[in-house]
Amino acid sequence: MAAVKAQAAGRPEAHGVVIRFAGDSGDGMQLTGGQFTEATAMHGNDLATFPDFPAEIRAPTGTTFGVSAFQINFASYEVSTAGDELDVLVAMNPAALKTNLNDLRSNGLLILDSGAFTGRNLKKAGYGASPIEDGSLSGYQCLEIDVHKHVLDAVAAFDLGHKNALRCKNMWVLGLLMWLYGRDRAPTIEGLEEKFASRATIRDANIAALNAGHAFGETAELPPAFPAVEVPPASTAPGLYRNVTGTEAMAWGIAAAGQLSGLKTVFASYPITPASALLHALAGMKQFDVVTFQAEDEIAAAGAALGASYAGSLGVTSSAGPGISLKAETISLACSVELPLLIVNTQRGGPSTGLPTKTEQSDLYQAVFGRHADTPLVVLAPCTPSDCFDAAIEAARIATRYMTPVMVLSDGYLANAAEPWQIPSIADYDGFKVTFHAERDGFHPSLRDEETLARVWVKPGTDGLEHRIGGIEKSYDTGDISYEPANHQRMTDVRAEKIERVRQVIPPLDVALGEKQGCLAVLGWGSTFGAIHQAVKRARDDGQSVSHIHLRHLWPLPGNLGELLRGFEHVLIPEMNKGQLLRLIRSEYLIDAKGLNKVAGQPFKIVEIECGIRDALANARGDNE
Amino acid sequence: MNAPARIEVKPKDYASDQEVRWCPGCGDYAILKAIQKVMPTLGVPRERTVFVSGIGCSSRFPYYMNTYGFHTIHGRAPAIATGVKLANPELDVWVITGDGDGLSIGGNHMLHVLRRNVDLQVLLFNNEIYGLTKGQYSPTSQIGSGSPSTPEGSVDNPLAPCTFALGAGARFVARSIDTSVNHLGEVVSRAHAHKGASFVEIFQNCNVYNDQVFAYFTERNVAADRQVVVCHGEPLRFGAEGEKGLRFNLERFALEVIEPGKNGATDADVLVHDERNQGLAALLAAMKGPDLPVAIGVLYCAPGPEYVSGLYAQREQVQATRAAPDLDAVLRGGHTWTV
Repeated sequence: MAAVKAQAAGRPEAHGVVIRFAGDSGDGMQLTGGQFTEATAMHGNDLATFPDFPAEIRAPTGTTFGVSAFQINFASYEVSTAGDELDVLVAMNPAALKTNLNDLRSNGLLILDSGAFTGRNLKKAGYGASPIEDGSLSGYQCLEIDVHKHVLDAVAAFDLGHKNALRCKNMWVLGLLMWLYGRDRAPTIEGLEEKFASRATIRDANIAALNAGHAFGETAELPPAFPAVEVPPASTAPGLYRNVTGTEAMAWGIAAAGQLSGLKTVFASYPITPASALLHALAGMKQFDVVTFQAEDEIAAAGAALGASYAGSLGVTSSAGPGISLKAETISLACSVELPLLIVNTQRGGPSTGLPTKTEQSDLYQAVFGRHADTPLVVLAPCTPSDCFDAAIEAARIATRYMTPVMVLSDGYLANAAEPWQIPSIADYDGFKVTFHAERDGFHPSLRDEETLARVWVKPGTDGLEHRIGGIEKSYDTGDISYEPANHQRMTDVRAEKIERVRQVIPPLDVALGEKQGCLAVLGWGSTFGAIHQAVKRARDDGQSVSHIHLRHLWPLPGNLGELLRGFEHVLIPEMNKGQLLRLIRSEYLIDAKGLNKVAGQPFKIVEIECGIRDALANARGDNE
Repeated sequence: MNAPARIEVKPKDYASDQEVRWCPGCGDYAILKAIQKVMPTLGVPRERTVFVSGIGCSSRFPYYMNTYGFHTIHGRAPAIATGVKLANPELDVWVITGDGDGLSIGGNHMLHVLRRNVDLQVLLFNNEIYGLTKGQYSPTSQIGSGSPSTPEGSVDNPLAPCTFALGAGARFVARSIDTSVNHLGEVVSRAHAHKGASFVEIFQNCNVYNDQVFAYFTERNVAADRQVVVCHGEPLRFGAEGEKGLRFNLERFALEVIEPGKNGATDADVLVHDERNQGLAALLAAMKGPDLPVAIGVLYCAPGPEYVSGLYAQREQVQATRAAPDLDAVLRGGHTWTV
């Protein structure tokens, strides 16, 4: 493979680069981005990605609403977001240029496939005149290449026909970018060999296009604005690494939870964007004791998961916001009968169909409060794609220990984004083997553990412990139906107290960055971790008294959160909703926190949070004057 | 399958210690008694038996059975029961539901549990009324049913439960009557023996809100003339002396009542019941008065692929082709690198 090895020697160094590949939904931008990510990870850079694609499966070609994009930020330093401004934009057609140019930094590199800038495509994208000719791109380093022509030449030998030949465009562009940044093509070639194992011609044509794009870089004597650069590997903790998306990590975490608990897992779900990928991932893991079930609707998915928990398995259901609404009645039943249930909510832009492929954090209220009656449960939020693995395990641990539903709040960004992950060993995780109740003496279905208040879990099939449970209120003392007023008070109280006691296993919260007291705490939850972290870091580098606090446990909140927040004069809460954690914090702790809210279907940029911090600090100074 | 641990139990061993709270005179009492009577004959230990119900009068049933029981959510029992079977296919699962629970709010789940053919028994108590919510008309109420929500009478068409079940792809469809303890026991026993989803419609009298709604064919003095008790391989005959029979009229493509020996009809004209014939089952399920008798018994029984066993068989096939489950290996699959 020496011929395709990266060539780093003698190149100027760059330390961090943000690239976005943008093209038609059918142009294969996600595949291109994924392959570039793989090669970049192998190169040893730290990285974060942001796939951003339309809800339409095959939108009409050339339209602005059919543009699919993949962004990667890679560097020789620690990376925690997919990057704010683009250093490089690859636009495969006029629509991709139009919808993405705003994010390219001034004097950034713009690579255009001039072969796609036809009159028809320009018109579809809403351009009166070609931006290549009208001078509107003068603020950028623009490289126009007729990729159409180059690809057709590169794959001419394979006789694919015009249309199929052009489908190799993305590999040609990938080859060029790999040359520019000295990436190794070997993993991509292996990937293509695997993907097209049964279609040798397509495989060879794609590899030829990849190599041709690379050769173009080497031989075309690109203008000085396009130096081939080397981004040296990041200094990361030693160990074995891989790339992982939030969906993969969640799926593996669910499988790990089954092993650690010693339970069969029944995963019941109904297709919904962006949560379906989790069902797909687990359906492909049949060697594990994870049974997947595509139910007839969201309600049935929750019901089947709860039925499985009743029968002694770990029941898991998954959806996005609208589907979680449909599951709400079943989740309340799970609270009432006190059975474990895992609910994974991959949040998306809402309400209703909203922005199904875009990200948002607007289901926090629904998670904490969104059911009938007093039905507190446990809510957790992973903060990075790889953290989904640990969150799934912790959710199962709490659900089985406390006999309660636990909701995990992921989101569209976490689910699709990838990051390098130091691969853990399952042996590093404490097991939490479930022991079912089997003692006949003194048994009744409302029996509780004194410490956790968890109700007994009896596996149907256990001789001598036949019993009934249900949604009607149950006697605290016998488990039989009871309409006694005092009993209902007691049962409602004990179910709430049980969730309070989950705090016993929530470690005290520490700051993620900075001192434990100061002028400003920036409090976040979930997928905003990376952007907040970098913004706080920059403010601190600038000498500001700012700390980052990040919540994984959203309900119950960590026992020391109030005390921690009171160590700061001001609290700023950035979130991708209209202020849901903000209200929760204000009502729980009577702290005059301020919100920084973005609901644009896109993750926060670091600079947006930096501005929020700057404003908050300016206001704080104003307050003090 | 484990060998049954205890089968010496008697009907009373299947009665829980809970006070039964149905209205005095409710048809549910007779059904409860019939089920408690048949259970010891089925060869399944109590601890492997699970009753799952939704909401409504009928759905209180599990509380009165000394087995495992789960009283769940309005309409959702088929979905929850499916989860129970997915978790543990060894459990013997019964779904207890009513016409509102199973065919209105839970119609979708009923459709799919039957279509998938999950190995469980659905006992649908049809009283053509909402009882527990105090007497509103239900999806099986006849047109013109007066109720608190339809004071001038309902105007919408009723659903025929067995026709629905056949349409959903159910492979076992049967009918019985609350007070026909022996017949109900036989039908339930057949339903239990069937591998796959068994659908049993039980005509159940609600003596408070819809009293005597089935009397036109269940009353002792009319039953012989207005019911045909179907039996596989037997002629479809009814009447006090078995003097009437059902014939297929090819011109009208419909069933009709004949009396062999009269008007040129002969014994040979009487159809013989074939419970494997879905077309015949559909015709029988659709019969209702006044021109045709109501069919009681096993209308259709044609076993076919069962969902949960199919799902587990597929898992085993896949497992045979893959390495033993090793999560560490999965995490290390694909491209990795060492720092």
